[in-house]
Amino acid sequence: MTSASNNGAPIISVENLTMSFGDFVLQRDLTFEVHAGDIFVVMGGSGCGKSTLMRHLVGLLEPAAGRILYGDRDFTAASTKDRDAMLRRFGVLYQGGALWSSMTLAENIGLPLGEFTDLSPETIREVAAVKLALVGLSGFEDYYPSDISGGMRKRAGLARAMALDPYILFIDEPSAGLDPISSRLLDELIVELRDSLNTTIVMVTHELPSIFAIGTNSIFLDAESRTMIASGPPTELRDHSDNPTVRRFLNRGAAHG
Amino acid sequence: MTSSLATPADLTATRRDDGTMVVTLGGDWLLSGVLPSTDALIDQLRSGVSRLAFDTTALADWDTGALSFVLRLSGTARTASVPVDASGLPAGLQRLLVLAEAVPEKADAKSDEEDYGVVDWIGLTTLSAKASAGETLEFLGQSVIAVWRFIRGKARYRRSDLTLLLQQAGIEALGIVVLVAFLLGLILAFVSAIQLQQFGAAIYVADLVGIAMVRDMGALITAIVMAGRSGAAYAAQLGTMKVNEEIDALATMGIDPIEFLVLPRFVALVLMMPLLTLFADAVGILGGMLVGIGMLDLSFTAYAQQSIGAISVTHLLGGLFKGAVYGILIALAGCLRGMQSGRSAGAVGSAATSAVVTGVVWIIAAAGMFSFVFYLLGW
Ligand SMILES: Nc1ncnc2c1ncn2[C@@H]1O[C@H](COP(=O)(O)OP(=O)(O)OP(=O)(O)O)[C@@H](O)[C@H]1O
Ligand SMILES: [Mg+2]
Repeated sequence: MTSASNNGAPIISVENLTMSFGDFVLQRDLTFEVHAGDIFVVMGGSGCGKSTLMRHLVGLLEPAAGRILYGDRDFTAASTKDRDAMLRRFGVLYQGGALWSSMTLAENIGLPLGEFTDLSPETIREVAAVKLALVGLSGFEDYYPSDISGGMRKRAGLARAMALDPYILFIDEPSAGLDPISSRLLDELIVELRDSLNTTIVMVTHELPSIFAIGTNSIFLDAESRTMIASGPPTELRDHSDNPTVRRFLNRGAAHG
Repeated sequence: MTSSLATPADLTATRRDDGTMVVTLGGDWLLSGVLPSTDALIDQLRSGVSRLAFDTTALADWDTGALSFVLRLSGTARTASVPVDASGLPAGLQRLLVLAEAVPEKADAKSDEEDYGVVDWIGLTTLSAKASAGETLEFLGQSVIAVWRFIRGKARYRRSDLTLLLQQAGIEALGIVVLVAFLLGLILAFVSAIQLQQFGAAIYVADLVGIAMVRDMGALITAIVMAGRSGAAYAAQLGTMKVNEEIDALATMGIDPIEFLVLPRFVALVLMMPLLTLFADAVGILGGMLVGIGMLDLSFTAYAQQSIGAISVTHLLGGLFKGAVYGILIALAGCLRGMQSGRSAGAVGSAATSAVVTGVVWIIAAAGMFSFVFYLLGW
C-alpha cells in the first residue's frame, strides 16, 4: 500500500463550500484538497451529507457558497460547455447504481463509449465485456438492471463509471450490499485502477476495513456541527485524532483513549 | 405473552413530600391491549415536580406500549428539566430507553408543513406556480434547442429508442384510436340524424360527420386518447428514471437528458399523430356511414359521394396539421411533468396524472384557438 505523495498541485480543491437545501444548511465551510493518485475517503454518519457533497462535486447541485476547482479551473463558474468537457473525464458511481433501466449492462457501458469515442460497435462490446469482467460480472452483458441483484447492480454501475477510463472516479458506497469477499475484491480493483490507470478516487464509504486498507486521505463530516471536523489519512485519524467523535467512529463506537 | 388472561394496564401517579413524582405501572402494558390515557400525567409532570421515578413492581408483561409511554414521559421531563430516575423500571425497559434516547432528535428534521392556513396555502401555491412557470419556459427553451440540433443532425439520442417509441406511439396505439374514432363517428351520425331527418335532409348526415371528423374531431379524439396513453407513459418513464438517478447519470456523463430522452418522444408523437389522425378520420366516416346505411336507408354510393363532395383538401390538411400540433403538446406535457417529478413513487404517480391533465387542457385550448383562427382565415 503506497501512500500517495501530497506534493504538487491538487487536482480537486474545494474552498469554503456551503451546501444547503433552501434555508436548510447541510454543511458549511468545507475546505479540502484531493491530490493526484489519492484514494480520498469522505466519511461521516448517515445523513450528514456525503452523497450531497458528491452531487456538488459533479455539478448536479450548485454550491450555496464557496467554489470547487479542478486543477486551476473553476468548476463552479464554468460555462455549461466547459463543464461538460470536464465531466467527460469523470466517472460517477451513484449510491443506487443508477443504471439505465431500459438498456442491458453492455449497452449501459457502451453508451458513453459510443457517444464519446469513434470505436466500432464490436470494439465497444468487447470493451464493455472487459469492464464487466473487471467487476466480476462476465457473462452478464445481456442482462437488464432489473434482472440482477442489488450488489451486482452496484458493481455494474462501477463498470459503467470506469467506461471511459476516467481521470477522477467518484464512488458512493461501493461496498454497501456486498459480501466481505466481493467487497475486498472491489478494494483491490480500486487500488489497481489507481495504480495502473492513474485514476484519482473520491469515495464515500462507511466500511472501516476498506477505509483503512486503501484510503490515503480523508475528511470527516459531522452532522451535529454541520462542518468537517477532521481531515488526514484515516489510520492517523483513528489513532491520533483529537476529536472524540472521529475516534469513536473509526474505532467502531468503542471508546478509545 | 405469558397468559391469555391479560390483566388490564393501570397507571397511578403519587407525589411524595420531597416533590418526587412516582409513576406506578401495573398489569399488562401491551400494544395489543388497552393502554390508559397519559395526557393528565404529562400535565402533572409540568407543574413543579422535582424528580421523576417509577414503580413497576406490579407490572406483569410489557412491550413497546410501555416503552412509548415511558419515552414520552422522560422526554417531557427533559424539556421541563426534571431529572429522571429510571432505576424503578424493568432492566430491559431501561436498556431500550437508553437506546431510544442515545441519538437526540434532530431539531430541524421534522417537516413543518402541517399547520398551514388558507392564506399560507394561497401564497405557497402562487410561489410554486411562479417557479413552475419558470421551469416550463426553461424546458421549452431547451426543447427548441434540442429540436434544432436534431434538424441539423447533431442531436445525441439512440436510434433504437426512437424506433421503439415510434412503434409504441404508432402501430400499438392504432387499435384503441380506431375503436374510439369509430364510436365517435357513430355518435355524431346518430345525433345529427335525429335532427336532420325531421327536415328530410338525412343525406346531410354524411356532410356533417365527414366535415366534423376530418376538420376537428378526428385529431381531437386521437389527441385525447394519446394524452392518456403516451403522455402518461412518458411522464412515468422519466419520473422513474429520475427516482433511480438515471437522469443524473446522463447529465454527469455530459449527455443532455433533453436530447437523449425528450427529443425521441417528441419526434415519435409528431410523426405518428398525423398518421393516427388519418386513420381516425377514415374510421369515423365509416361509423357515420354505418348509421346512414342501417338507419337512414341511404345507399353506400350516395353516402360516399356525399362525403367526398363535402370534404375538401383544406379540411383534411388542416386536421392533420392540428394532429401534429397536438402531438407536440402531448409530448411536451408528458416529458415536462416527468422531468419535474419528485423522487418518490407517489411523485411519479402525480407526474403521470398531471401529464394527462396538462396535456388535455393544452389540447382543448389549442383546439379552441384553431377554431377561431381557421374561422378568421375562412378555411
Ligand atoms: N433534495 C433534498 N431536499 C432536501 N433535503 C435533502 C435532499 N436531499 C438530501 N437531503 C437531506 O440531506 C441530508 C444528507 O443527505 P445525503 O444523502 O447527502 O446523506 P449521506 O451522508 O449520503 O447519508 P448516507 O450515509 O445514509 O447515504 C439528509 O438529511 C437529507 O434529509
Ligand atoms: Mg449517501
